[in-house]
Amino acid sequence: MRMKRCVAVLVLALFAMGMVAGCEQKAPNQATPAPQAGEILVGLNCELSGGVASYGTNAANGAKLAIDEINAKGGVLGKQLKVLERDSQSKTDEAMNVSADLVSKGIVAQIGPLVSGAVAACTPVMNENKVPLIAPAATAPGATVDEKTGETFPYIFRACFLDSDQGVRMAEYAYDTLNMKTAAIYGSNSDDYAKGLAKYFKEAFEAKGGKIVAQEGYVSGDKDFKATLTKIKAAQPEFIYVPGYYQEVSILIKQARELGITVPMGGGDGWDSPDMITVAGAEALNNTYFTNHYSVQDPKPEIANFVKAYEQKYSKTPDSFAALGYDSAYLLAEAIKAADSADPVKVAEALAKTKDFPGITGTMTFNEKHNPVKSIVVIEFKDGKLVSH
Amino acid sequence: MPSSKRQWLWFLINIVILAGIFTLVQYMIATRMLNQYYQINLASMCINIILAVSLNLINGFTGQLSLGHAGFMAVGAYVAAVCTKSMDLSFIPAIIAGSLAAALAGLIIGVPTLRLRGDYLAIATLGFGEIIRVILQNIEEVGGPAGIVGIERLTTWPYLFLATVITIIVIQNLINSSYGRAIISVREDEVAAEMMGVNTTWYKVMAFMIGAGFAGLAGALFAHYFYIIKPDTFNFLKSFDILVMVVLGGLGSTTGAILAAIFITVLTAYLQAFPAIRMIIYAMILILVMIYRPQGLLGNKELTRKTFSRFWGGSA
Amino acid sequence: MVEFLQQMVNGLSLGAIYALIALGYTMVYGIILLINFAHGDIMMVGAYVGFFSITMLGSNVFVALLFAMLACAALGVLIEKIAYKPLRNSTRLAALITAIGASLFLEYVTIFFLTPQQRVFPAEAFPMHQYQIMGLYISNKDIFIVVLAVILMIMLQYIVKRTRAGKAMRAVSLDREAAMLMGISVDKTISFTFALGSALAAAAGVLIGLYYGTINPLMGIIPGLKAFVAAVLGGIGIIPGAMVGGFLMGILETMVSGYGSSMYRDAVAFGVLILILLIKPTGIFGRNDSEKV
Repeated sequence: MRMKRCVAVLVLALFAMGMVAGCEQKAPNQATPAPQAGEILVGLNCELSGGVASYGTNAANGAKLAIDEINAKGGVLGKQLKVLERDSQSKTDEAMNVSADLVSKGIVAQIGPLVSGAVAACTPVMNENKVPLIAPAATAPGATVDEKTGETFPYIFRACFLDSDQGVRMAEYAYDTLNMKTAAIYGSNSDDYAKGLAKYFKEAFEAKGGKIVAQEGYVSGDKDFKATLTKIKAAQPEFIYVPGYYQEVSILIKQARELGITVPMGGGDGWDSPDMITVAGAEALNNTYFTNHYSVQDPKPEIANFVKAYEQKYSKTPDSFAALGYDSAYLLAEAIKAADSADPVKVAEALAKTKDFPGITGTMTFNEKHNPVKSIVVIEFKDGKLVSH
Repeated sequence: MPSSKRQWLWFLINIVILAGIFTLVQYMIATRMLNQYYQINLASMCINIILAVSLNLINGFTGQLSLGHAGFMAVGAYVAAVCTKSMDLSFIPAIIAGSLAAALAGLIIGVPTLRLRGDYLAIATLGFGEIIRVILQNIEEVGGPAGIVGIERLTTWPYLFLATVITIIVIQNLINSSYGRAIISVREDEVAAEMMGVNTTWYKVMAFMIGAGFAGLAGALFAHYFYIIKPDTFNFLKSFDILVMVVLGGLGSTTGAILAAIFITVLTAYLQAFPAIRMIIYAMILILVMIYRPQGLLGNKELTRKTFSRFWGGSA
Repeated sequence: MVEFLQQMVNGLSLGAIYALIALGYTMVYGIILLINFAHGDIMMVGAYVGFFSITMLGSNVFVALLFAMLACAALGVLIEKIAYKPLRNSTRLAALITAIGASLFLEYVTIFFLTPQQRVFPAEAFPMHQYQIMGLYISNKDIFIVVLAVILMIMLQYIVKRTRAGKAMRAVSLDREAAMLMGISVDKTISFTFALGSALAAAAGVLIGLYYGTINPLMGIIPGLKAFVAAVLGGIGIIPGAMVGGFLMGILETMVSGYGSSMYRDAVAFGVLILILLIKPTGIFGRNDSEKV
């Protein structure tokens, strides 16, 4: 009986501890409703925890840096921008919940989520409530367009290029520049992003006369790729295309090199994370390439300034998601200025008319599908450093 | 059916109360007093009630621990979504198709596995639930691991309300029938029930099938409310979610399951920003309830008029 | 042929990990008939203890293994005392639900304090060497993982068969009441079993960290379930069965990925489980005896 009582006390103590800790963190989040006269509310709905936390955290950091800069210069329309930040935990249904919550708080626009699938989940909420959403990095072609009717969603915008462009760019690079004639594809099967990349890479590579000798898939969360890699090795491809996110790709590349697969490998912007080098190791990453939104080493002054400011604030190097988050926030600020109003509907109209917006990740002009037309960089891992081509 | 005058009166009062709840919420939605955020949570609440009440039929009343309830929900969600999205069926036939498909899955899985006892059954149902998920992941026609995107939002408050009420009434009436007594006898002592001439396998499979069918109904509503379904949503952690509600409410108490489903939905919404704390609370609920009240908070009692009248000390 | 042998190598290293985890499942089930759902999560805690002792204390791999095993042995005993012991005389379902609770508790307390982010296991802790033998690629990690697993299993077998504590374990597993009447402390013996099983799980956790390079708070769920399947496959409650089941499971999964589709790997694992349960629930090494009424 004494045992039982001890247990109860212990458990209660833990419980109370949890609640107190929870309330402490909760306070700043909850105490911000009702936009005040001098403020414009901007919603951040990013993946701050869970599978792709690295993207969401960095994009949110980039956006917050931009908003701090804007506010320091006197804000927009004489008002300060105020950030309402929520975590979608890298879950699609949670992303939608967060959107509904943010919209009900009266935001002018939402930045995020990062992953295309989560943007698709938020889309109906945004369209129904007529609040614009800027997706920093949703590269799936369907993100801004209703695939059934072919109509552009009026309230969905993105600050990045498309998977179709990305897959084609890597196919060109592999076939023309690296001179590879056969390739294998081993990508994530868990999301539209990686499946899209695989599809467009395959089409473009085959159209050029290349041959796909093997195509395999994995599921997010997998850790053992050796069996499938052994199978791919037996097919003897000259190049392996690995579209997917860094968490799995880093382990996959390491295991490929352990199995004596030395051929070059390529991927998309999902590779852009410092974890790639810490997990796979600099040596294993040699001879691998990925398409990306911008390069940190670009000498242009606006990029150099951004990198410096970001490093100063967060003491780490900004990846492309940070840059895209930063661009998204500036895009929004420009649109509010152009609309001369913080009314979400007017801001959406102004966003659609964005022209020659000078972003860190390239100059953006929205086409009729709310896609910016911009360039793609190919980045090589060389002894643990990123070298752009 | 009610027999005496007094029972008729109560029957009418119940109807009036239900109609009142329905109209009030409908009015609040129409006048936008309930914003979208509350509406989403209201939908989750109804869906959770259906899931908890139906799992309670299997786990609580029949005493067969099933850890695969999310799998049946997935079957219902996918079948219904395919019906409206690819086959252009209207919503009601799609819901029915989803529920029937889930019931069929329950039958197919129930017949071989329900011969197993106790924890072996639990593990086998968990395995089947996961197999359903993996199979869905591998069907490219339904989007593979990325799932089905862009399902029309057809689930509205009237559907949610009606489905929840129907689920509760059907399961409650089943339990109060002679079938119900047979089902409960299986839980109390399977061998004795068999001796008394109860065909235990048949009753176990039937309860399992009905439970699965209602999980399918919940899945169909879920798919048409949240626009997107993917296999990962229905993994075994989702089954554990439902199990927590049933255990908390009381294994074998329908009102308990309903209250627990409401409580868990509110808790989830309140702790949205802190999923870890929510799950820690879940874990503690499971451990503490099992140590101190293995039969759940309400046990196998129901919360009825009598409970309230006893509470208030008056006579109803 | 080379490809097939390479797949065998891949399967053996994966199987060694499954086998280590499966042993703990089997021992606990053998003694108190409980499916200890939290076992995979004890492995996760072991991986984190190993991680922190390498990164923060700068210890080498063997010291990290030792720390992890000691810490988890204590954790296993603690969980048994708090969550399972009060339920020893209630239904098995109640105990199973409690085990699920303990599992969720370990996972999310870890998330709460250490964030859900993955951590990168320091590669320097165990420098890699690659060997190429007749076209086969084998790394020192593969060898280390299999050899260590086998050594630990032999040690376990020795403890169970040759020591007094092991004898007590077998006695309690055979008939708890009778063992108690013979003067064996049932509580101590059960604690000892949890300590042994959890220590092995911790070793598996550190090995997973070394082998795959990353760890996260939910890493124990899937290997835990797979290892459970392995334990059932070999015959739950039987120690050599868990070893064989673990290796079989690893090889089977590798072959499914290698010659079929990796997308069906998990379904095959659970399919095997269900087939075993339906055809021969006592597993490969199990005796057939019917349930007592």
